[in-house]
Amino acid sequence: MVISLQEVEHIAMLARINITEEEKKEFAGQLSAVLQYAEKLNEINTEDVDPLYHILPIYNVFREDEIIESPDRNELFANAPVFQDGYFKVPKIL
Amino acid sequence: MELHELTLHQLKKDLTAKKISSQEIMNAILKQIKAVDERINAFITLNKETSSLRAREFDQTPWKGQMAGLPFALKDNICTKGVRTTCASKMLENFVPAYDAAVVKKLYSEGGILVGKLNMDEFAMGSSTESSAFFPTHNPWDLERVSGGSSGGSAAAVAADEIPFALGSDTGGSIRQPAAYCGVVGLKPTYGRVPRWGVVAYASSLDQVGVISKDVYDAALVMNMIAGYDPMESTSVNTTVPDYTTALNGSIKGLKIAYPKEYFQQGVDSKIIELLKKALLKYEELGAHIEEVSLPHSEYALPAYYIIGPAEASSNMSKFDGIRYGLRDLTADNVTDLYSNSRQQGFGPEVKRRIMLGTYALSSGSYDAYYLKALKVRRLISDDFNKVFNGFDVIIAPTTPTTAFKIGANTEDILTGYMNDILTVPINMAGLPGMSIPCGFADGLPVGMQIIAKPFDETTLLKAAYAFEQATDYHQLKPALGVK
Repeated sequence: MVISLQEVEHIAMLARINITEEEKKEFAGQLSAVLQYAEKLNEINTEDVDPLYHILPIYNVFREDEIIESPDRNELFANAPVFQDGYFKVPKIL
Repeated sequence: MELHELTLHQLKKDLTAKKISSQEIMNAILKQIKAVDERINAFITLNKETSSLRAREFDQTPWKGQMAGLPFALKDNICTKGVRTTCASKMLENFVPAYDAAVVKKLYSEGGILVGKLNMDEFAMGSSTESSAFFPTHNPWDLERVSGGSSGGSAAAVAADEIPFALGSDTGGSIRQPAAYCGVVGLKPTYGRVPRWGVVAYASSLDQVGVISKDVYDAALVMNMIAGYDPMESTSVNTTVPDYTTALNGSIKGLKIAYPKEYFQQGVDSKIIELLKKALLKYEELGAHIEEVSLPHSEYALPAYYIIGPAEASSNMSKFDGIRYGLRDLTADNVTDLYSNSRQQGFGPEVKRRIMLGTYALSSGSYDAYYLKALKVRRLISDDFNKVFNGFDVIIAPTTPTTAFKIGANTEDILTGYMNDILTVPINMAGLPGMSIPCGFADGLPVGMQIIAKPFDETTLLKAAYAFEQATDYHQLKPALGVK
């Protein structure tokens, strides 16, 4: 699989990362190399094989909805780059 | 031996017997860090004042616990309330968690004192600590070489006697590989055995928290403290935690050991293979039964990992948006730019690369061809192990294909760098417990032996490791902290 510069641009847009022209070229080569390596997997027939997401026999885990102690609101806001009146502040959206 | 050179269990014994004080231990540790960390660069954050103060408080009014008054350190992706947790990234350079990770709560409740936070590859993505946004950690056995990674700061700090033990995390070898490179013990428990709540996620179906220590006994001791069920985590398993130290009696008569031929092949340094063969003979001498087996899908584990790992990473890393915490581009005047610029400035090249790779693998049109395919191959890799474990107690293999490489040697070709994980990744894919212990030296650099056991059978894993360690003295050798 060879990844074109246009595809790199598209992936970067999906991943919400601004990349430079130089990075674009670098990533195109590197992503192509890793994906080509991953094509080795096609050597194996996996037609009747179920995917393995993780090894534990655990599926959905439910618990009672109980009120427990949680961190202080102001402590959590202390890590926010910009906040005001109890809200995270972002640029105008609409 | 000096105090900073002692293991946790030796310190514990002397502290309990009041032969030494907590302050004496802490002073020795801090003195050693001051003397050597300029060369090693293991610590990102040092809790100097707080840890001295805690030691003084302990000596005045001792508290109880498995490690009361004793020091520990943590890889910097493990959240610590009030102590900066950076993941070795510019993104979290000033992030101070409002809570402690589950494992940190456990160590605090056992009376431990946090000395500092250790360097790593950025967000645990890498095998050398060279992707740290701050600095690489140097190998105590040869300062021109890498410490391994991603838990390289943890392994180097333990090897250089800066801390008796440290916690790390292992997604594709990130505890075992640096432990091998630095000549110390590294244990990655079974997936689900140790709670991960509060540990910054890289690839959630593979990540596991574990121990890096000076000997096997300490690994068992620390496991007693950190293993167990955590209702805060949906992949934590509710089974009883045995006392892991009781199995350490040195007797392994009749233990069935398999060694997979695929791990003793071309691509693995011949000197490492020689040392492993000698180690297997030692096991035979100790009364174990040795037999060659095959894990036929081994060569597919690494390509599958470099799809699954990045795919999960791309999802996990999406929370870093510059809004609730972390670096933010303050000049952006719309939300898309806010996300994209903050992530551009906050992430280093390896993190960006894995996010991009994972985003591609999960994107429409690629999902079935790459991600689903890799998960199916993962099933076959896991089945290989299950078949072998039908007839054997443990599997033994080299931890790494080479010894520690020179800093900068693998930064050009990324695939060469990824190859370091070739012998450790399959164990994460199958969720098994794995351990690296020292088994000799090649050209003056430590070599690690990897022991792998059945899910939740850390007891047999530790028992096998302990028997070898007691029959050899590699774990007692200390690095000269210079250049070879």
